[in-house]
Amino acid sequence: MIENLKQRVLTLCPSAKMMGEYEESKMLTIEVPNENWHELAVSLRNEKDLQFDYLQDIIGVDDEGRLGIICRLFSTTYAQTPLVVHVWTDGRECPELLSVSDVWNSANLYEREVYDYFGIRFVNHPDMRRLFLRPDWVGYPLRKDYDMESNPLVLKNEPVADFERSERLELDSNGRIKESSFQLFDDKEYVVSFGPQHPSTHGVLQLRVSLKGETVQRIDPNFGYIHRGIEKMCEEYTYPQILHLTERLDYLSAAINRHGMCLLCEKALQMEVPERAVYIRTIFDELTRIASHLLGWASMCNDMGAITAFIYGMRDREKIMDIFEETTGGRLFTSYSVIGGVSQDIHPNFQKRVKDFLPYMRKMLREYHTLFTNNPIARQRMTSAGHLNKATAIAYGVTGPSGRASGWHNDVRKIEPYAAYSKVNFNEVTDTVGGSFERYYVRLDEILESLAIIEQLVDNIPEGDYKAKTKAIIKLPEGEFFERVENARGDFGIYVNSHGDKSPYRIKFRSPSMALVSALDPIVKGEKIADLIMIGGSLDYVIPCIDR
Amino acid sequence: MFDFSVITCWIDNLLRVEWGLPDFWTLAIEFVLVGVALLTAYALIALVLIYAERKICGFFQCRIGPNRVGKWGLLQVVADMIKILTKEIIPIKRSDKFLFLMAPFFVIIGSILTFAALPFGLGLQAIDFNIGVVYILAVSSLGVIGILLAGWSSNNKYSLIGAIRSGAQLVSYELSAGLSLMVAVVLAGTMQLSEIVEAQSDLWFIFKGGIFAFVAFVIYLIAGHAETNRGPFDLAEAESELTAGYHTEYSGITFGFYYVAEYTNLFIVAAIATTMFLGGWMPLHIPGFDAFNAVMDYIPTPIWFFGKCAFCIFMALWVRWSYPRLRIDQLLKLEWKVLMPITLVNLAAVAVAVTM
Repeated sequence: MIENLKQRVLTLCPSAKMMGEYEESKMLTIEVPNENWHELAVSLRNEKDLQFDYLQDIIGVDDEGRLGIICRLFSTTYAQTPLVVHVWTDGRECPELLSVSDVWNSANLYEREVYDYFGIRFVNHPDMRRLFLRPDWVGYPLRKDYDMESNPLVLKNEPVADFERSERLELDSNGRIKESSFQLFDDKEYVVSFGPQHPSTHGVLQLRVSLKGETVQRIDPNFGYIHRGIEKMCEEYTYPQILHLTERLDYLSAAINRHGMCLLCEKALQMEVPERAVYIRTIFDELTRIASHLLGWASMCNDMGAITAFIYGMRDREKIMDIFEETTGGRLFTSYSVIGGVSQDIHPNFQKRVKDFLPYMRKMLREYHTLFTNNPIARQRMTSAGHLNKATAIAYGVTGPSGRASGWHNDVRKIEPYAAYSKVNFNEVTDTVGGSFERYYVRLDEILESLAIIEQLVDNIPEGDYKAKTKAIIKLPEGEFFERVENARGDFGIYVNSHGDKSPYRIKFRSPSMALVSALDPIVKGEKIADLIMIGGSLDYVIPCIDR
Repeated sequence: MFDFSVITCWIDNLLRVEWGLPDFWTLAIEFVLVGVALLTAYALIALVLIYAERKICGFFQCRIGPNRVGKWGLLQVVADMIKILTKEIIPIKRSDKFLFLMAPFFVIIGSILTFAALPFGLGLQAIDFNIGVVYILAVSSLGVIGILLAGWSSNNKYSLIGAIRSGAQLVSYELSAGLSLMVAVVLAGTMQLSEIVEAQSDLWFIFKGGIFAFVAFVIYLIAGHAETNRGPFDLAEAESELTAGYHTEYSGITFGFYYVAEYTNLFIVAAIATTMFLGGWMPLHIPGFDAFNAVMDYIPTPIWFFGKCAFCIFMALWVRWSYPRLRIDQLLKLEWKVLMPITLVNLAAVAVAVTM
């Protein structure tokens, strides 16, 4: 299969260069010159037998003095080998690449991120602004020659323009690049700023919403208020230290993110993990998922004005936090998975408490349906607004429960089973309509599935070690590594480029929440303000995961 | 039944005859006394309601509610009141200062004026207009001016959206509320509140008026609840959408006015519903059961009145803490396509039934 794909790509783009060891890593890595990249992208996306319609991530890299991007492509129609495309710029002075944001909508924000970190400008991109950093930031921080002293801490308030200007680079008919700038919002537009301090943006996200009466015309998400530069920090940290930072991305899927990073390191080190640890990790992942979905449900109800429902969700989530606390000492951040296993054995009470929790949660779910799902106001509001069809969901890379509600089977636990997921029976909960109600309902149903998974595992945790022996200093072998896990919001991807040191040369986390926010614009166009807040709740994004 | 007018007449007599004061001074002293009594009642009712709501909502949500300040948290509300009085009133840049500071007074005066006409018990009514119902409807809708002014003068987009929502909402629901009260007026044949209560001395309208009165009562509760701007009709405030809606920019006592007015409006709606449909301060009388009626008469009239109000308020709290917020189009659809036609048909039907 991989050979077919290789031939197919070569016929589409003869100048593409195959890069090593693809059989082993189960993906095809190619290098494409910039001139052919856009053309190839269109073919990869549209050719009947390829249909690489899911652009998982664009990763900017500064490797061996060259600047470039790595695109990771999947096909949702065929169980194709994933394709990894490297595109390099000419030189570092004025790096430019062709934009593929017209091919995959998700590329829009990814390319802005690459511009922000590496200064690669994308030609034909509709809105070439920085994504996370301030507009007046000097330099591009993830370049290897970035001067850490170039941005001293600003301690005074500066006046901020209402609407900044953005740039656009276009190719004219002669192949020359034409630069133009434009103002984001018209002076006549009634623009209301939601956030960064707002009860319902689920974190420090700013949404600038252009309104006509109560109706939303256009929306511009503004990130970066909780940008901590985690990817930059990771380049200085050792791998066991990085584990702690992964928890602080999507703090509601902390255990799952950490598990993903552990998996990547174990795969790179070709390490065997004891079965006991695998089972425990899977149970922890599912408990985390339930806790996250409970909070998602609670805050969505709160967004719609049902405060009692919010308290109910928090109350039941507390039970899971208590279970975590007993075994690990942590509640939100359990710091439990480590490279090679888990940090300590489970508490003697753990199994009993988990087994007590299962019937309790099932009962509470029925109560949630009585209280909120079957409430006529809630139902009418949720079914009447916020539709996202499958094609748009894929184009924007909306994974997780939100994507599955639109009918996209994207559960990484099913596609690429990791940990103990191949050993348990569970259903991938999907729907076809893709409205707010379906996103809401899929999430509640997933709690049931998670309970089923836990039920199958909790009594069968094998005896034995809980952790494999590791070296004191963990160094990953040279190479590029990818890993993806299904966190509570969707496809959480990790890319590590290792030069054989104890810290990575470049690390990139794919944030599922960023895709959710980018899809907000097509979903809410023409809906009411109240629906914007509700849809935000139904997508259930977490901002620190976006800003990193 | 103890007639409270005995006390008021005694004071009047004391001032006029015993002390021999001229008319002007008698009236002046009486006005001040009535004013002080009403304002005290106003503040006390607000405090009790705030405490009750926090406790009841706590129990709905599997919490305890305030329990640290005083026994069972009884002093919490007093502490909060002191806090709010000492807080700074933050001036807002480029706001219309005059309107900004005037707006809370519209809201609070609207509800205080309503208090004057409410019959709290037999003989406990400050003014008994012969058009009492119209008066109450008129002054209780003054509040919307305050909300619109607050939204306009705050120089804040959330406030403006909240105020405009609230304007649309209050003006719409005013119709249903007013028209459903007319059912009681038709049944009683008068607009004077004391006579409406008197007309329910054999049996309350909610029982006597059959299906018409029941429908009107339910619609009044819904529409009245909508007029108090509380969930699920809290679009004007809509915490999760507009942070605090029309009073986003208010602080200190100016915010306190809105806060207090919200609770007294809740009480006023319950009080009007009580007076018009549940017999006001009138004890439960069942025709034919004279002994039972006599026993009921021993319970003081204010207890009847506040007890029935407490029932209506509890219903409002129950709804508020279980329902999600409506969307603006759902809200207006509910009024103009459901409540309004039902009210009109109901009113016409009751008019026909009474004349026949």
